[in-house]
Amino acid sequence: MSITEQHIKLPDGSIERQTTTLNLGPTHPATHGVFENILELDGERVVSTTQTVGYIHRAFEKIAERRPLYQITPLTDRLNYCSSPINNIGWHLTCEKLLGIKTPKRVDYLRVIIMELARISDHLICNSIVGVDTGAYTGFLYVMQYRELIYEIYEEVCGSRLTTNIGRIGGFERNFNNIAFSKLEKFLREYPKVLKEFENLFMRNRIFMERTQGTGAISAERALNYGFTGPNLRATGVDYDVRVHSPYSSYEDFDFIIPVGSTGDNYDRFMVRGEEMWQSLSIIEQAYQKVQEFTGAEAEVYHADVPEYYLPPKADVYTKMEALIWHFKIIMGEIEMPKGELYFSVEGGNGELGFYFISDGGRTPYRLHFRRPCFIYYQAYPELTKGAMLSDAIVTMSSLNLIAGEMDG
Amino acid sequence: MARPVRFNINSNVKLVKEGPEGYMGEGFFATGFDKVVGLARKNSIWPLPFATSCCGIEFMATMGSHYDLARFGSERVGFSPRQCDLLMVMGTIAKKMGPVVKQVYLQMAEPRWVIAVGACASSGGIFDSYSVLQGIDQVVPVDVYVPGCPPRPEAILDGVMKIQDLVGKEELRRRTGEKYKGLLESYGIQ
Amino acid sequence: MIKCVSGFRYQDQYMSLTNETIKEKLVAKFSDQVNNFEESFGMLSFEAPKEMNLKVLQFLYDDASLQFRFLTDLCAVHFPDRKDAELSIVYQLHNLKDNVRLRFRVSTPIASPDVFTATKLFESANWMERETYDFYGVNFLGHPNLIRILNVDEMDYFPMRKEFPLEDQTRIDKDDDMFGR
Repeated sequence: MSITEQHIKLPDGSIERQTTTLNLGPTHPATHGVFENILELDGERVVSTTQTVGYIHRAFEKIAERRPLYQITPLTDRLNYCSSPINNIGWHLTCEKLLGIKTPKRVDYLRVIIMELARISDHLICNSIVGVDTGAYTGFLYVMQYRELIYEIYEEVCGSRLTTNIGRIGGFERNFNNIAFSKLEKFLREYPKVLKEFENLFMRNRIFMERTQGTGAISAERALNYGFTGPNLRATGVDYDVRVHSPYSSYEDFDFIIPVGSTGDNYDRFMVRGEEMWQSLSIIEQAYQKVQEFTGAEAEVYHADVPEYYLPPKADVYTKMEALIWHFKIIMGEIEMPKGELYFSVEGGNGELGFYFISDGGRTPYRLHFRRPCFIYYQAYPELTKGAMLSDAIVTMSSLNLIAGEMDG
Repeated sequence: MARPVRFNINSNVKLVKEGPEGYMGEGFFATGFDKVVGLARKNSIWPLPFATSCCGIEFMATMGSHYDLARFGSERVGFSPRQCDLLMVMGTIAKKMGPVVKQVYLQMAEPRWVIAVGACASSGGIFDSYSVLQGIDQVVPVDVYVPGCPPRPEAILDGVMKIQDLVGKEELRRRTGEKYKGLLESYGIQ
Repeated sequence: MIKCVSGFRYQDQYMSLTNETIKEKLVAKFSDQVNNFEESFGMLSFEAPKEMNLKVLQFLYDDASLQFRFLTDLCAVHFPDRKDAELSIVYQLHNLKDNVRLRFRVSTPIASPDVFTATKLFESANWMERETYDFYGVNFLGHPNLIRILNVDEMDYFPMRKEFPLEDQTRIDKDDDMFGR
C-alpha cells in the first residue's frame, strides 16, 4: 500500500491539515443500494471512512421467528435479491438437513443448474456496475438483455422473475418442461459469445486496467481476519469455496476449478468474477448433460418422496380433500419438527451464506440467524480505501458487490 | 423532390389521436393552454429513481432495452432532486430512511409527482415489522401506487403511463390552490 | 493477474482433525471449565464460562493442530426460561486447513450482560458484536465502537428479545384482528 499511504504526509497539528467531510449519503445513483459513508478527505485522498448501515433493516430474523418453514422462503429471497434462487435453495437444504431428507440425483442436478444461473446473474450485475462506475455504460446495457433470458428460465420453472421463491423442501414444485429446457439451450448457445464480447471491452482495456489495478487491495491474512468469503476472498489468493469444501446438492459430481487472484485489488475481483461466470457456464452444461441422461420414469422425478414436508401438487389441492388438508397443515407449520441446532452454509453470489437454525420442536424456528457475507466484509472498507483517491473509493465500493438487502437483513 | 412513402401504405394501422381538441385553421391550431402544457409535460418526464431494494433491480430491467422506459419520454434519469419531476420510490423504506425520502421530496421543485413502486413502498409489503415504514404515504403524498413484489416491468410501465395521464390532465392552478396546500399541510410540509 | 488452481476434493483429505481430538485437547487445557460437549449434525459444540471466552478463542487460534482462525459467525440467542443464563452468545469457528467447524457458546445473565470482546483477535467480530448489542443488549467490554448499527439510534429497547413484539404497535392501517396475530 505504499503508493497510497505516503500521500497522507501532513504532520498532525499542522495548520494546513484540514480534512473535508463528504457525506456519500444513502441515496446513491440507483445502482448501489442504501448505505451511507462519511468520508474524511484530505484533498482528493480518503483519510478515513465511517459507515452507517441499516437504512433497509427489515428485521428478517425477528420475522422468521414467527413463520413456519415454507413462509420463510420468501424472506430468504430478499436477502441477496440479485441471486435469489441460491438463497431459496440454501434455505431448503438447511431444512432438509434438519429433517433428514435425502434428495434424488436429478433434483440435485436441476438445483445446480438454477443456482449457477443465479450466480451468473449476480456476477453480471456486479461486473457491469464496476464498468459503469469507471465510465463504461455500454457493457451494462448490453448484458442486461441476457439477464432477461435468465429471468425467462426462472419464469418457466417457478413463475416469477426476480424474487423467485423457487422450489420446495425436497425438490421443485413442477418438472422442468420442454420450454424451460429449450430456453436453457438458447441461453447456453448465445451467452458465451456475449460474455466474450463483454470481457473484451474491459479485460485488456488500458483505461479500465489503470483505474482498477492497485486500488482497493487487501492481503490474504487481513481478508481472512475480516471474515471475507466468496469472490472477494478468492481475489486475494485463498481458494475457499463452500461448493468444494463442504459440497451440497451433488456438487462433488462436477468438474470445475476455483479461480483465484493474487493481490485482492479491484481488477482481481473483476477477473475472478468473470472467470467464475465461465466456470458456472461449464457446470451448467455438465449438469444439463447429466439431466438428459435420465430416461423413463427417472426423468419424471423432480422431488423427494416426503409427503409430510413436500406440498402436494396443486391439481390435487384444488380437487381432493386430503391434499387440501395436507397443504394447509404444512404451510401453517403443523408438521413434525425435530429439536435441533444446525449451521449450514451455501456459496452465495457474495460468499458463504450461512443459516444458523435452532428448532425447539414448535411450528416456527426458535432462532434463525443469517450469516450474511456483505455485512461482514463491508467492515473492511476503511482499510481498503485508506489513502485512495475518491474515485477509486467509489470503484472499490461497487467492486465489493454490496447488496443492501443482504447487508441489513 | 419528396421521397415516396415506403412503409405502412396498405396497413390498417391508425394513429391514435394524440393531440388535444381545438380549433384548426390554415397554419394555426388553437387549443387550451393547459392542454398544451399537459401534453408537453407528460411526454418528457424526468424521473428520479429512488431504488432501495429488489424493485430497483426490476427498474433496471425496465430501463434496459427489452422493456425500455425511454420510449415514454423518460430517457434522462437524474439523481438530483432539484432537476427531476417524478420521484419513483422503489423498494422497502425503513424508518431510518423515512426522513431521507422526505428530504428528497422537499428538494424537488413544483410540479412534482410521486410513484410508489412495489408493495413495500405502497404499504410496507410483507415486512410488517418494527423497523419498516408501512408505506411511504406516511411521509410524502403519493400519486400512483404500483402493486407487486416486485412488479413486472410491464406493471411499472403501466404506472408510469398512469402518471402521464395525471400529468396531462392536471389543471394549471392546482399547485397554488387551497386544496393542494391542505394536502401538504397534512404531511407537515410548508 | 489470475491464476487458477484445481479445487480441493472433499472430506477424504481432511480426516486428520476429528471432533474427538478437539474435545481431548480442550479438556486437557481447560479441564472441567469447558463442558456441555454436544455433536449435532457433525459439528461439535461446547460451552465455557463467559470470563474465559477470550482464553478459549486464543487457544483455539494459536494451537498448531487446532488452528481455528476464521470466525464464521457470532450471534446471540435469548432463552428467557434459563435463570441467570438467559443470553447465550454463539461463536461459529472454522478451521480452513482441515475444514472443521466448531461451535462455542458462552452464557450471561440478562441483568449484567457483559462479555469480553473478540475484536482484538478477529476483526470480523466488530460489526457482528455491534449487531448483537443492537438486538439483545449484550455489552461487549473493550469494543472500540459499541453503538447501534442496524436499528435507528433513538431506539431504547433491544428488539430481538423474546418479550418484545414483532410489529410496530403504533401502526393504524393494519387491523390485528384481521391479520391473525
